[in-house]
Amino acid sequence: MEYTIKIAGDSAVCLEFEQVISEKTSSSIRLAAESLGKLAIPGIIDVIPTFCALLINYDPLAIDYDQICQRLNASLLNINEVDLKIKHIVEIPVCYGGEYGPDIDFVAEHAGLSVEEVIAIHCGRDYLIDMLGFLPGFAYLGGLDSRIHSPRLEAPRTRVEPGAVGIGGAQTGIYPLASPAGWRIIGNSPVRPYDPDREKPILYKAGDFIRFVPISAEEYARIEAEVADGTYECTFLTEGV
Amino acid sequence: MGFTVQKAGMCTTVQDRGRFGYMDSGFSPSGVMDKRAYRLANLLVENGSEDPVLEFVLAGPTLRFTTDTIIAITGGDFSPVINGKHVGMYKAIRIRRGDILQLDAARSGMFGYLAVAGGGVRVPEVMGSRSTNLKCEIGGYQGRALENGDYIPFVTHTVDYIANLASHTIDADAEFPQKDGKIDLRVILGPQDQMFTAKGIETFLGEEFETTAHSDRMGYRLAGPKVETVGGSDIISDGIVFGAIQIPSDGKPIIMLSDRQTTGGYAKIATIASVDIPKLVQARPGTKVRFTPISIYEAQDLIRAEAREYSKLAKHIKRPARGDVSPRRTARRLTPFLIKQSVRADTERKWIRTKE
Repeated sequence: MEYTIKIAGDSAVCLEFEQVISEKTSSSIRLAAESLGKLAIPGIIDVIPTFCALLINYDPLAIDYDQICQRLNASLLNINEVDLKIKHIVEIPVCYGGEYGPDIDFVAEHAGLSVEEVIAIHCGRDYLIDMLGFLPGFAYLGGLDSRIHSPRLEAPRTRVEPGAVGIGGAQTGIYPLASPAGWRIIGNSPVRPYDPDREKPILYKAGDFIRFVPISAEEYARIEAEVADGTYECTFLTEGV
Repeated sequence: MGFTVQKAGMCTTVQDRGRFGYMDSGFSPSGVMDKRAYRLANLLVENGSEDPVLEFVLAGPTLRFTTDTIIAITGGDFSPVINGKHVGMYKAIRIRRGDILQLDAARSGMFGYLAVAGGGVRVPEVMGSRSTNLKCEIGGYQGRALENGDYIPFVTHTVDYIANLASHTIDADAEFPQKDGKIDLRVILGPQDQMFTAKGIETFLGEEFETTAHSDRMGYRLAGPKVETVGGSDIISDGIVFGAIQIPSDGKPIIMLSDRQTTGGYAKIATIASVDIPKLVQARPGTKVRFTPISIYEAQDLIRAEAREYSKLAKHIKRPARGDVSPRRTARRLTPFLIKQSVRADTERKWIRTKE
């Protein structure tokens, strides 16, 4: 595994990988983060994976700079970068268009496609979560089909509802909380990616895949009711690559 | 029992060290802004170093206590008053049921802290922390800043709960934020200092900057000369630490603090040494700021030195002081020992009168 260790203040180091957004970099970072999770090196407080880097916050009273560099290199340098053979998929049901996705007509028109085609393209592939940030559970997803790339709104909406699924330029994602947003909203999911009272507050982590599944307004209402009384069970799948 | 909030103040929240382990999901760590003042407040009432406190900004709250306890107030100078009498800061203070504590507008500094003995205010732990995260509306008291009429519970303790209370004091004048309007902050260069020109680095380390009104729990924006980059300051978004100094494309530093977003796309020229962050946090808008580079080794030595200082202080405040020697209380404490001795000596207990 290739990286450089950079100093990020007196209580953190940043492992910098190749500065190119790619599935290969993403999987190296995921592998590094997973190894560190398993090793549980005393003194490491928090690990933040991003597109091309891994930030490691540590307690300098427990482990100093030289020691952490040594521990990291001893554990990570000789990890073989095998392609991960398993992918973890989280299914996110989405009701597209109508009141749930006010911008879907714009996206269709911009792409020169029908609304049905936009939906088929959007939910036609699994999206790798490159990183989470901006809001709790906000996933930066890679790999949106270039046919449905859409420009952001000129003036962002002051509020979109939790669960909103949008397209912003070459990215797509789901808003875990109500938030101001400049993305084109094409649908909404009754599932809450973030729920602080749930045992697993965030449904997914960087490195997992999201699969959008189209649902009708009736199914939306049913799932919404199940989510509200806590009986909804999210679908997690594991597939070989 | 606890206290009722009569006047909430500007932005009074429950905070602890911060919420860790969820930054990879996009959660700001939250937590106190001035970690030194926080640590000292807890130390003065013999709490654990990670117990929750009240944090307030510029205008402190007015609280009415419904029970006896012991508190300590630290941070900027909020000139606290109990039932109309000034009580001072950086010391343990006895509170009686019905006491009204008024915290004024800060005379110096930005943030103040109130610690309550016996483990601090009682709020539920959310994802490993009691810190309020205002954006996500979790933690602290119902995920929000305190409002008039709120009732915050804590564990009741008698005013005798802490022995040698009069010794529980620290030199407040040495701790209060400086009023001369100038601070010198030690920094560790990196992680993206290579994105700046030699001239940019020289500007950053040689020139003076100034804190502005754009300062909050998320970050402090500085005004000053433009710090020059090689080819713009955009990077592929990566993680951000407490005290990181981002330089966006306008060339003016932004220092990232407790409520920062976890990731960002601007180059970070340096990070403030942990022990110096309280100086920045307490700096009013208009304070002149200079940056001095130190090595990672020096910075970590400073952290260790501060840890030693804390453990020395923790011992020091427990020593007996004159104010604590009360003849009546001493007699009460000694009586059982004297009785035991007299019994062991098999003598009659005629020289000690005890309650029968």
